Parts: sequence; structure tokens; C-alpha cells
Amino acid sequence: MTRSTKDSAALDYAAGGGLLSRRMLLASAAAGGAAGLLQPRVARAEAEIPEWTKAAGARARGYGAPAEAESAVQRAIIEPWQDVAPAFSLSGTPHHKLRGTITPSGLHYEVHHGGRPDIDPARHRLMIHGLVERPLQFDLKALERYPTVTATHFLECAGNSLFNAVMPEPMQAGCDMLHGLVSNTEWTGIPMRVLMEEAGVKPEGKWVVAAGADGPSLARSIPMEKIMSDGMLALYQNGERIRPEQGYPMRLLLPGFEGNMNIKWLTSLWVTEAPVHTKDESGEYTEILADGSSLQFTFAMGVKSFITHPSATMTMSGPGFYEISGLAWTGAGKVAKVEVSADGGASWAEAALAGPVLPQALTRFSLPWHWDGSPLVLMSRATDETGAVQPPRADWKARYHASNFLHYNAIQPWQITAEGAVQNVYL
Amino acid sequence: MSIFKLTAAALLLTATAARSEGPGLGQPLEASDIPFYATYVTPEGAGLPAGSGTAAQGAEIYAAKCATCHGATGSEGPVMPPVGPNDLWAKPAGSYWPYATTLFDYIRRAMPLEAPKSLSDDEVYALAAFILERNGVIDAETAMTAETLPAVKMPNHGNFLDVWAKQGAKPW
Ligand code: HEC
Repeated sequence: MTRSTKDSAALDYAAGGGLLSRRMLLASAAAGGAAGLLQPRVARAEAEIPEWTKAAGARARGYGAPAEAESAVQRAIIEPWQDVAPAFSLSGTPHHKLRGTITPSGLHYEVHHGGRPDIDPARHRLMIHGLVERPLQFDLKALERYPTVTATHFLECAGNSLFNAVMPEPMQAGCDMLHGLVSNTEWTGIPMRVLMEEAGVKPEGKWVVAAGADGPSLARSIPMEKIMSDGMLALYQNGERIRPEQGYPMRLLLPGFEGNMNIKWLTSLWVTEAPVHTKDESGEYTEILADGSSLQFTFAMGVKSFITHPSATMTMSGPGFYEISGLAWTGAGKVAKVEVSADGGASWAEAALAGPVLPQALTRFSLPWHWDGSPLVLMSRATDETGAVQPPRADWKARYHASNFLHYNAIQPWQITAEGAVQNVYL
Repeated sequence: MSIFKLTAAALLLTATAARSEGPGLGQPLEASDIPFYATYVTPEGAGLPAGSGTAAQGAEIYAAKCATCHGATGSEGPVMPPVGPNDLWAKPAGSYWPYATTLFDYIRRAMPLEAPKSLSDDEVYALAAFILERNGVIDAETAMTAETLPAVKMPNHGNFLDVWAKQGAKPW
């Protein structure tokens, strides 16, 4: 959120609640800040010279780290059964403390079903077997010699936003807890197709059961179609080796598909005729519907967005100008548009999307806003290129059994109180 | 050149082209080098090893190795109780899952959490029998084996809609 004072009479409104035209900011910048967007001058008796400008800086270090003053920027860790099973944990990306679209590697969300394994890369191997002409195994040294591709993609846990999905009253927490199980990375690796073709998939090989080298050997059945179209064996995350938390030394990447299928610490690809109904696709990652029946093999994540600035737990710094900013994405391809409302959904204005808008990747949206200090509800609503639109929470809830918390993609409303507190609300 | 030969040549070309995209550095993988967790027991029971176990045998192992996390009788939790459903967990493994074979495979590869792959095949059959019996899916006498486990009819089987088959990658 950035803020400055502004004469509200001269503003070009785009919708209710003080939403401004997204062309406004640029126009006023072009006019040399004449519209009052510059910080007011501060009178100063004597210019202070801070001590760091009067000393030599610290010596070089081999691996950089965030500024000490930023040490509070951490993942929010949830250990639902910490007394008996601390190895099962969720850690949410603090989106309300970040800008841009790439998630720093150390802040990428994690869901660990059995903790983070300590893998010796020299002994790790990837096996391809089952319905193939040539069962093969690869070590990391061999894989390093394959041509690579690079692509930016989000990963989202099917259980992201679970508190909003199931809690009767909205939980007051930041975007790390509420929506942190989604992150965005530039991945580099080997197209899965190249490795599968080397092994030679037999015509009856229609599914691939992927398994990790972690304690529980997490396994999922994946359609061959997906593996061959854009599946990637990811080795690098934002230019450096994948972090242990994200699957070191290698993970499966299936753009747009629920996080659980993107097997970390990948060690085996077993080609089969049919899905094998692994534990996760039998229960934990199935959705019970309102009528008691269940959905199985719900792979792609739906269209979704939320406003990161301002968002719950923040406090507004008084009436005036702000930039509303947030993230949108869809497992179906590209985000087509994001609309923002500042009057609880009575009127909407289209936000600007920071380009390039990439498929199956987080997209940053923004819109200038003049808050007059009165209470209101802010929210964003994304539409993807297939025409799918984010539903209101009540519509989403009506589809599912009360216990379901998977594939929640409803609109996120934030209440701004007269005091400037930003709160999570259901509408 | 006959049509047949042309097609064969074209096929060979495509195959070579496809393979030439990578340097072809995969090493042959022998069946004996594939650990059990690189496959999965299928709903038909393919992959089930020899062995057997009853619910009574399973109850003892369960009390010693599972109860701290999943509850004294399997329904108390705190972790996803396998017996139910109840307010803690709407999808108990022993009655919600479509196939009983998944119980065997999952317990063998993943449980107990702190010592996965430490159970013997007999112990895993016994634990599957215990969980199924507690859910009223099998009777107390029937031992679970490579023959009986795939034959178990799970009560929630047939209550699943396959989203991938219905609409592919389109989100629900
Ligand atoms: C230290 C705690 C702990 C112990 C002991 C333990 N489990 Fe688990 N169990 C877990 C956790 C955590 C999960 C969830 C894993 C996941 O989400 O992938 C789980 C999941 C399961 C599930 C699947 C539940 C579902 O609905 O998806 C079954 C079945 C199971 N355990 C059986 C057992 C058996 C049998 C034993 C004893 C041999 C055992 N567990 C011992 C922690 C434990």
C-alpha cells in the first residue's frame, strides 16, 4: 500500500468506494506529480548523516540473505498435530509482505506429509518403468546433461484457503495463514516427454504413478496426456537448485494441477494402464459434495484471486490515496481479467494486470484507490481465459459437504473499518 | 518402396527423432532394482505379497504402533481417524476409500509416520483387517491375504465421480 494526500474532487472514479481509473496514476505522473502524488516536503534544520555513510561496509559473503530488518518476513507454519506428528506441516507464503509475482525460494509454501527428507544427491535416482520398452534409471549427473526448458508457474495446495472454506466465523489472520499455500516460481528442468520417449511408452501406458523418495513415499496417479504435454522434471527453482523443501534434488512439475500431484523428491515413474487409487486420490484429496457423493481426480486448480495490499491484519494509515494490489491465477491457463470492488460488490472496476500475463502463473493486479475513511468492503474477482469466474463463498459452499476444504477458490472480501483495521469477512 | 516399408521407415524416423531430443543417458533398470514403493498395489490386488493377518492380531499391533496418533480404538484421532466417519474426519480410510487394497499399500509404505517401511507384510495385512473390521466392513474371523483383501467390497465404492474422465483438465 502506498499512500499520499490528494484532492478527491479532481479524481477520475472508476467505481464506488473510491476506486480510481487505472489510467489515473500514469496520467498524474506524466503531469509531473502536479495532482499531488508527491510526498509533502519535510522541513529539516540540519541534514542528518547516518553512521553507515561514514564507515566501510561489511565484507562480501558467499550466499546473500535478506536484510536483518526483514527477519520477520517468514512462512506461517501450521502443525495441526504438533504433539504427536510434527512431521506433518503446512507453511504459508507471507503474500501480504511481498510484492511482484515470483516467490522467493525460502518463502515458497510447503506441505509436508512426512517431514522434509535429507537426500544424498549422489545416491538419488529416477526410475522409469512399467509399461515401457526400456526400463531406465537416471542419476543426477546424467540428467544434468539433458537440454532444459524454463517456465514460470504457480503451485497451489488443493487445501489452500482451508480456514475460509470450513470455519463458521472468518479467521482473523494474514494472507500467509489464509491463502499462503500458493507460490510462484521460475522452474528449470527437463521436459518429461523427453525422458518418457527415451524409455519408450507402450501404447497401453495411459497413466504414470509418480512416487517420491520421502519417508511416506508419497504417490499419485497422473494421466500420461499431462506428463507428455507440459510435465517437467524440475531441477532448478529461481535459477538455483531446488530447495530441500521443494523436492531436492528433483521434483515433478505439472502446471496448473493441485500441488500434491507435483511429487517432490521424485524417484519413480511407473507407467500403468489405469490409475492405482493411491492413498491421496482415495481420500485426503477427494472432495465430498453436498449430496454425499465425492469427486475423485480433480486435478486443475480453479480461477482465484485475493487482494494482498491491503489485507487482513493490516491497519490503514488514514484516509487518502492507496494502490490496491493483489494476485490472481488459474490452473486453466491465463487470467483474462480481475475486477475490484470497494463497495461490497455493488460496483466493480477492472484492475490493471502486470504483464506479461503467463499461463498457470501468478499475475499481479493493481488499481488506484482513494479511501475517504468510511467503512467499506474491498474484494477482487478473477475471470480466466476459459470464461470461468471466481464464485462468491456462499455459492462455493452450496456445492460441497460442510467438511470439504479442498479446491476453495471463492472471492475474498476484506472489511475496512472506520478505524482503518482490515478484517477477514464472509459475504 | 512399398507403402509398408515407407511407413516403417517413417516410424523409425519419428522414433529416432524423438529419442534424439535427449542425450539418451538412461541406464537399464533391472526388475530386481525396483523397490516395492516404486509400484502400487492395484485395486485388483496385483502387487500384493504373500502373508496374512486377522483383526485380532491387528488390534495388538495397532495399540502398540498406531494408537498415539490415530486414537485408542481408531476413531479418536487426533490424526485422521481411520475408523468413522466423525466430526474429526469425514473420510475414514476404512470405510470411505473405494478400494481396500490401498490400505495395504499405504500402511506398508508410509506408516507408522516415524518408521515407515518397518512393518512386516503379515503385520500390514493384520492392520488392514483391524481397520476394516472396526468399520464393520469385514467380520472378525476373515484373515486378510492377497486373495481376500482385493475381494473386500468397500461401502463407499461407486460413490465417486471421476472428474478427469468427465471433463479432463477443466477445473471443477
Ligand atoms: C506419529 C504419528 C503417527 C503414527 C504413530 C501413525 N500414523 Fe498413520 N498417519 C499419521 C499422519 C500424520 C497421517 C497423514 C499423512 C498424510 O496426510 O499423508 C497418517 C495417515 C494414516 C492413514 C491415512 C488416513 C487418511 O484418511 O488418509 C492411515 C490408514 C494410517 N495413517 C494408518 C496408520 C497405522 C496402521 C499406523 C500404525 C502402524 C499408523 N498410521 C501410525 C501419523 C501417524
